[in-house]
This record gives sequence, structure tokens and C-alpha cells, in this order.
Amino acid sequence: HLATSLPLPSEMDHLRPRIDLIAFMIDIKSKYSLKNVEASLAHVDASFFLGKVCFLVTGVGRVNYCSVEMNAIWKLGEVYCSPVLFCELELEGIRVATAQRLLRMLQICAGHIPGVSALSFGSLMRNSADE
Amino acid sequence: MDETVAEYIRRTVLKIPRDEIKTMLEKWGFLSETQLQTVNFHQIKENISLDVVQLCEENSADIKQAAVLDIIYNHIYPNKRVWSVYQMNKRGEEMEFFDLTDFKKKFKRRLRSALKNVTINFREYEDNAIWIRIAWGTPYTKPNQYKTSYAVYHSQTPYVFISASVLRSNLPLLCQALVVASNYHDIREMELRSHSLNSLKDIVFKRYSQNFQTYYPRPLQERNVALESADPRIVQESRNEKERIQRVNREVFGDGPQPKLEFAQYKLETMFKSDPKMDVLDKKEPFRCLVKFSSPHLLESLKSLAPAGMADAPLSPLLTCIPQKARNYFKIREKKGFFPGSFVSP
Repeated sequence: HLATSLPLPSEMDHLRPRIDLIAFMIDIKSKYSLKNVEASLAHVDASFFLGKVCFLVTGVGRVNYCSVEMNAIWKLGEVYCSPVLFCELELEGIRVATAQRLLRMLQICAGHIPGVSALSFGSLMRNSADE
Repeated sequence: MDETVAEYIRRTVLKIPRDEIKTMLEKWGFLSETQLQTVNFHQIKENISLDVVQLCEENSADIKQAAVLDIIYNHIYPNKRVWSVYQMNKRGEEMEFFDLTDFKKKFKRRLRSALKNVTINFREYEDNAIWIRIAWGTPYTKPNQYKTSYAVYHSQTPYVFISASVLRSNLPLLCQALVVASNYHDIREMELRSHSLNSLKDIVFKRYSQNFQTYYPRPLQERNVALESADPRIVQESRNEKERIQRVNREVFGDGPQPKLEFAQYKLETMFKSDPKMDVLDKKEPFRCLVKFSSPHLLESLKSLAPAGMADAPLSPLLTCIPQKARNYFKIREKKGFFPGSFVSP
């Protein structure tokens, strides 16, 4: 399900399946996209932040066009206890690899991987990011 | 033939893309069809230009003919120059019948009375456009053919499009001559500049598609198909929002292509608004700041901002008013009692 912002329109509630993972996409070239994500985060129930939220930062290939500070992004990940992934959508290889990562995370968050919970996976990702 | 004329013609030919040289020379009409057939237009441009100069030598070309070739080149490639728009005013008199011969005579007389050393050439085009080429000299030197100004006057309108050149000091002379020749009272520079002459004309003659205030009905199914991606597994949650953005965009920008501008410049002379605790500029002077937007096609990129998810819709009226107000240079001052989108014309 794609949305430009939260909250989701309530008229579609009855058609919507259970949400297992929310990936917030931030375009590093657009401060507007960061603001939008920050505003949308306020509408997310606290239980999602136990491993069912991640931040996906796009546009990282174009270093000259960065508008969003890396500090702001790291801070976001810290404050909301969620992992931050980076990718460049314009390159097919990276796009596919990122999609596979997200799919893996989704499987865990949906409970399809026995022995691994969203929460444990989330803390695993956070610890490896700190190194 | 004068050395300088030969060199000028040679350099003008070199500017033309090779595939266009023959057509342009035919438009020029100075060399006969037989003469043109003797030129190999597939050789390198350097050699083509030398052949052309040789032929011009045979026909004893002078500066007047060379100037006409330059006008033709600039008429086909006007976007190589920066154009400003000027508007003339009459003192409420009736529009007089336009006499081209009279205009040319008065223009030349007025300009030459102020500065003897000028080369002046005219060429008329469709839609009543009169192209005027002026090469400037000084009281003591001959006109420099490489320092030219162009004025494009549409005789049925009060508008003149001027591409000045380096010698801006001659601009008042040019403006005076235009006013006198066209029987107007005065002339003012509009705050509208661009490389694209046609776009400037579109803006000033209102030839672009303007925003619609009325509801523009389009079958709902057609629109939904456009918004949904081909893959049925992707659900668009924000369909309503996207439709709203499209609708607002269409209302503001209209449906057709936008006129082509490269810049919008806003000179701010407003007070700096900061947290009172920060104690910045406690003298309370206006904070002078220049904001410049540049783009290969400014209006189209503004139009695509909201649909691309990079800005809110609707955009600030300061940006969207550009074609309607026919200006892309603004001065913004404080206004007592805030009125959104207010600015003071200079």
C-alpha cells in the first residue's frame, strides 16, 4: 500500500489488511519529504515502533543534491528506535537488493520466520548500525 | 569588398549549424541559386564560410547585406540572447494608423541625431514584427558590428522586446528613438526577462493556456486509470490527495505548455522575523536578501513540484502569478496588515 502521508483515509479501513511493516521513505534531496515523514510519524500507534517501522532514505547516489542532513536522519532512527536503510532507486541493482531486504524484514514482521520476532530483529539491526 | 565586412560574414556563417547554412543563405537571397550550387555544403564549416565569402566578394557585399544575414540568424536563433520586455504608453490618444516607412525614417533620424556612428537595419516579419538591428559605435569610432542590440517591435501593440548587449549605456538612446518613431509618449522596462523570445511574447500577448477557475469535467474512470499503476498488487491509498493536487495544478497552471523562463528573482526588503530571545538585528532594519530560482524551464518545473511530492499544492501565489503579472523580477516589502502574496511594484 502506497501513501503520500499519514493518516490513511478512513474510508478504506474496511478494505485494508493488517499492516506488518511501515517503511517511511525520505528523499535526501527534499527537506519537504523529511518534514512530511516527521508529521506522519505522529499518526503511528506506538506498538509499531517495536520493530515494525523502518526508514528508507533514497537518492543517496547524488551527493551534490543532498538537502537533508545526515544527523537529522540518524536522530530520527534513534528517537523512533527504528533502522535506517539507504538506497538509490535509480540503479536497478540497488533497487532490487533493497526490495529483497524489505521483503525479508516484512516476512519477519508478519511472523513468517519462526524463532525471529520483529522486536529481536529490530534490535539486531540497531546494534549492527552502531558499530 | 571591405575586409571587415568579409570577416563579419565569415564569422556569421560559422555560427550557423552546418545543416542549416544553405537554407539560411537562400533566405538571405543575396547569393544567386547558381552561386549557391557551386558551394559544397558537406565540407567542414571553416571551408564553407570561406567559399561563401568568396562569392560575396564577387557580388560586392557591403555592411547592409551582411547585417541582413545577421538579422536572419538571430530571428531563427533568438534564444541565444537575453530579451527584456518594454512597454510604451500613449497619453490616452487613439491608436493611429501605423506607417512603416514613417517609423523607419523617424527612428533612424532620431538615433543618428544623437549618435552618428550607428548601423541600423530593419526587417519585417509575419505577425507585424519589425526586427531592428543596431550596431553601435562612438562619436569617434565606426560601428562595431559585433556589439549589436536588437529591438523587436510589434506595431499593433505597445510592446518592444529588446536584447541590449554589453553597451547598456546606449539603451536610453534606443528607447527614445523607439518612442519617437512609434508616436508614443514614454516607455518603461517591465520586470520580465528571458532567453526565450517566443515565451515572452506568449506571456505578454496572453497566448499561453491560462488557469481555469471553472470545474473542468473529465470522466472519473479515465483519471483513475491514469493514477493507478499497472500492477494490481499496489494499492494507492492517497488517490484522493493525488487527484486534488492534479486538480489544483490544472486550475493554477492550465492545461497547455508553460512559457519558458529561466529565472524568477525576489528581492526581499522585509523585516527579519526571529525568536525575540535570539536578539538578532535589534535595530529592526529590513533584512535584505535576494532569492533566485533558476531552471532550464522554470514554470514547468514549478508545475511538476506538487505532483512529484516535493511541495504542497497550491504553491505560493508569488510563484504562480508570474505569467499573469507578466513579470519574473519582484521586490517584496513589508506591508502593514499582512496580505498574502502582496508585493510592491517598483
